Amino acid sequence: MIPAAFKYSKAGSVREAVAQLREAGPEAKVIAGGQSLIPLLRLRLSQPTHLVDVNGVRELDYVHPEGDVLRVGALTRHSTLARSELVQRHLPLLAEMAAQVGDPQIRARGTLGGVFAHADAAGDYPTLAVMLDATIVTDRRRVAARDFFQHLFTTVLAEDELVCEVVFPMAPGPHRYLKFRRRLYDWAIVGAAVQKLDSGWRVGLTHVGPTAVRAAAVEARLLAGATFQEAAGAAAEELDPPSDVRASADYRRHLARVLTRRALEQAA
Amino acid sequence: MGQTLRVTVNGEARTDEVEPRLLLVHYLRETCGLTGTHVGCDTSQCGACTVLLDGAAVKSCNMLALQADGAEITTIEGLAPEGGLHPLQTAFWENHGLQCGYCTPGFIMAAAALLAENHDPSDEEIGRGLEGNLCRCTGYVNIRKAVRAAAQAMREGATAPIGG
Amino acid sequence: MAVTQLIGARVQRREDPRLITGHGRFIEDHTLPGLTHLAVVRSPHPHARILGIDSAAARALPGVLAVFTAADFHKVLSGSMPVTPSFAPEKKYVPERFPIAEREVCFQGEPVAVVVAQDRYLAADAADLVQVTYEPLPAVVDPEVAMSPGSPLVHSDGPDNIGWDMTYAGGDIEAAFGRAEVVVKERILQQRLAPTAMEPRGVMASYSPYDEQLTLWLSSQNPHFIRLFVSGAMGIPESRVRVVSPDVGGGFGSKISPYPEDYLVPAASKLLQRPVRWIETRTESVMTTIHGRGQVFTAEAAALRDGTLLGLRLTQVLDLGAYHGTFGAFQACACLMSGGVYRWEAISARTVGVLTNKVPTDPYRGAGRPEGTHLCERMVDRVADELGMDPAELRRKNFAREFPFQNNFGLTYDSGNYDGTLDRALELSDYQGWRRRQASAREEGRLIGVGLSTWVEICGLGPSAPTAAATGGIALVEAAQIRFLPSGSVAAYVGTHAHGQGHDTTFSQLVAETLGVPLEAVDLRHGDTAEGPSFGYGTYGSRSLAVGGMALYTASQEILAKARKLAAHLLEAAPDDLEFTEGAFTVRGNPQAKKTIQEVALASYGGSLPQGMEQGLEAVSHFDPPNFVWPFGAHVCVVEVDRETGAVEILSYTGVDDCGNVINPMIVEGQVQGGIAQSIAQALFEEVVYDGESGQLLTGTMLDYLVPTMNELPTPKLDRTVTPSPTNALGVKGIGEAGTIAASAAVINAVCDALRPLGIHHVDMPASPDRLWRLMQEAGR
Repeated sequence: MIPAAFKYSKAGSVREAVAQLREAGPEAKVIAGGQSLIPLLRLRLSQPTHLVDVNGVRELDYVHPEGDVLRVGALTRHSTLARSELVQRHLPLLAEMAAQVGDPQIRARGTLGGVFAHADAAGDYPTLAVMLDATIVTDRRRVAARDFFQHLFTTVLAEDELVCEVVFPMAPGPHRYLKFRRRLYDWAIVGAAVQKLDSGWRVGLTHVGPTAVRAAAVEARLLAGATFQEAAGAAAEELDPPSDVRASADYRRHLARVLTRRALEQAA
Repeated sequence: MGQTLRVTVNGEARTDEVEPRLLLVHYLRETCGLTGTHVGCDTSQCGACTVLLDGAAVKSCNMLALQADGAEITTIEGLAPEGGLHPLQTAFWENHGLQCGYCTPGFIMAAAALLAENHDPSDEEIGRGLEGNLCRCTGYVNIRKAVRAAAQAMREGATAPIGG
Repeated sequence: MAVTQLIGARVQRREDPRLITGHGRFIEDHTLPGLTHLAVVRSPHPHARILGIDSAAARALPGVLAVFTAADFHKVLSGSMPVTPSFAPEKKYVPERFPIAEREVCFQGEPVAVVVAQDRYLAADAADLVQVTYEPLPAVVDPEVAMSPGSPLVHSDGPDNIGWDMTYAGGDIEAAFGRAEVVVKERILQQRLAPTAMEPRGVMASYSPYDEQLTLWLSSQNPHFIRLFVSGAMGIPESRVRVVSPDVGGGFGSKISPYPEDYLVPAASKLLQRPVRWIETRTESVMTTIHGRGQVFTAEAAALRDGTLLGLRLTQVLDLGAYHGTFGAFQACACLMSGGVYRWEAISARTVGVLTNKVPTDPYRGAGRPEGTHLCERMVDRVADELGMDPAELRRKNFAREFPFQNNFGLTYDSGNYDGTLDRALELSDYQGWRRRQASAREEGRLIGVGLSTWVEICGLGPSAPTAAATGGIALVEAAQIRFLPSGSVAAYVGTHAHGQGHDTTFSQLVAETLGVPLEAVDLRHGDTAEGPSFGYGTYGSRSLAVGGMALYTASQEILAKARKLAAHLLEAAPDDLEFTEGAFTVRGNPQAKKTIQEVALASYGGSLPQGMEQGLEAVSHFDPPNFVWPFGAHVCVVEVDRETGAVEILSYTGVDDCGNVINPMIVEGQVQGGIAQSIAQALFEEVVYDGESGQLLTGTMLDYLVPTMNELPTPKLDRTVTPSPTNALGVKGIGEAGTIAASAAVINAVCDALRPLGIHHVDMPASPDRLWRLMQEAGR
């Protein structure tokens, strides 16, 4: 299938990208790796008037450890994250997730920032960001991850706003991301991420609602000394997962509990 | 409407005026006449369109041609020197790694990227490396076998892997 | 037939050098000067009245050459798309089908208009600009709803939705059930599948008004039938239509029947007097290329306590879609094959073809035989389950053992050795070992299951008498032509057309061996109706070797007969005194007196021929097989079901098959591996899903239609036994569909075996984690 026509410009810097977006008007869109956007263009489910290509904004392709945080540039590709020694040392869960995004071809093109801006309910990184209280840095502000995602495919980003960086706390401790899917390269039907911090466990869930979920009830039970089994039983509390051709809502709730427990067991 | 695209395709430097929405796969097939790269889906699942972009396997139907500006592209036609065969091509032939052959160029290109990084992949690593490619004919048994055979041939020094 | 130098050899494929280097020629690789591009405007509704079509905006787009609707196509096309009798000769309601809708659309994706533009990007833009006003009508997508009184009508002017309703009676079913000591009942679903050839369909047409010639390039398994159908619809003599099917990127049955675009593209070329090409997108493919399966079976099996099978009573509700597929009723052969490899006193099988507001179903790899096998093998396992017998033992107790074996419907199985394949499969799979491991796993609460499938297939279509009736007049024989050129090279033409099966290689091996020439001397050609015999019958139903290969063989024999006469003349000997070995005629007792067949070929173009002999060395031969051929085998699958998530893991898969003599074992193994993969895909992954309320397709892309990757499929252990077919000189059967016919039953029997401790006795396909979890939840209550 063929995308509808659009105008196209390349940005070499954040400033240029924002200026181009502003000039192109409200129906313009950013294209980074394009691995989610291009299928939507081809199916004509998305018909922007203008694409601003930010692949040339090299200043956004980096992994910087700084104090107790890991700053990751928005243009860092999945394959880079998966291989990065810095990521593996300071936030190995991010590398583990990156290695499980799509397939090698998609990982070679897709970017961290693209996942945040696209805000697919099945996106993996948002789960990590929400559960670890990461901060999303745009060209104009800093937004806590829990405030960044508003709904399915919807974020707080303004039409001319660019995701520049995500700031994650460093977390080298025990961790696991389990992604339940029918085929190895599919999106998660449900994903469960766990990360041990000095303050206790953090637990996040993928694709159990319109946005990533931090399983606070599970964390609280663990803090109170519950077993993994007992704590994971709380994973589906307050979830409102979708029912679709892949899985029913009930089954997703069930998977949330099972995967949470297994992730905790495997991480520990 | 056209914008300038400068790329090197199979070693040949090109400059073309292309429409922004032109997909890389259509640029390769129709502008460059390299029809070995195939289109099997609309949503980046099948991998039949896989080519190497600066050495990395990418899905050329999931990229705009203009996004390849400045890059070096290798397609199935350019994998081996004119008239020769890359060890992967030989291995697919010797191991009956193809039936209808439509997915084959994509598999070979994805496997070339895999073997450039990993000279001795396990079956599981081959599976991970080729997870983005679908074949409907072979049940993948002989594809896996062919990749193993090619890896061995390349280790034994038949030909340097592309990009590696 | 003995394994000789070429027959039985693992010859590397001749197709491959072009395909591995990117030089295959698939339909989309073809172009013509002045080519225009067609896009189809399709109905978004499963059922609606067309109130109006406004194409002004599309026509106004620069680069758009035309927008055509049904009214335009009526000028160059006539009649209704063909429907064959197949296995349901007594049809009740057969809706007319013009390739493009005029007043009413009856499935989502049905063509409503076409746009032709200078390039495909513009054609896509223009298709979006065609405004069609619809009045939605009630739709029905569930065949069991559609067959009940009061259902919405699939066609608003139809009498009801019943395409056919007939019963095959094989023996006294009441008597068989009357003696029953045990009866099991089951409802078994065969979900709709999308064949998903990796290469979507495509058509390019060039009509020349000056000499009224039409050339049609399309991705087809069946170019001669397409020529017949399209020439008829366009009113062009068949001799002036040439159909070329180039490299075909998979078919699996989905490229047999004619499609609307096969008519609309050449018709548009005639209307515009320009070459026109249309290439299907994957999204169009899932929506509008035929689907396979789509059946609901209810079945009861009767048996004695000792495991003797008595009777099988079943109803097949076959979801036809909005129109009859051209060969859609072939799938009713599930009924005729429902008895499998066993002796039954009686079988009664009712088949009901039901129209629904969905794309038509038609043969998909196996076409009725996987369904019949799945049904039979599930029912046999249910009986074993009920009796507490080992399923292998119950099978053995009931195997047909005397051949030819006549089944309950009068079909004659040519040869078989069902114990042989089962024994070998049990051994190779370590069946007893798995039973032990299963027992200890169960003690740990783990769910391991072992499943069998002992299958037989009817293939090699087919004898002229039944198949001529089934197609409505054209007997499915096969034709071949062999020509020796003066230089000694051989051009062999055959009316089958490979789409991945490696015919270039297998058939060349066969011809080279038979004629005693080097493999390199043989050029195998197929897929172009302008070459070779006047008609060809296509590749489907695992027929190509057993029928097409035989046609090549008989044509070779005709060549040899003439060559022998000529050689005798040249050697001044009597024809009967010549021996033909290794490509040369020698006079018996005088090996010095020798003419190679290639020397004879050159001489055949010369001036000194025997009296009455014409120049040249070529032959056309038709092979009409005396019977179908009947491959068979035994498969064993071992699975583990994750008790918590319902995920199924295949721990081991074994297949032992028998397709008679083998020309190229490498290709045979490849066919089996691929066939098994497709059937495992049905058992565990794939399903076309429509929303029951809106009738909308929910699995419209490869994101949701789950073709498995390498990571989800096992590497099967394979072996073969060899029981030649006595009905053809090569002793060959067919192998293209074997794996697909066998595997789904083995997998599902294994899953059911795994779940048996929970009191679960049947699982439908796909056995998805969600479905299994739900069953386990219900069983736990």
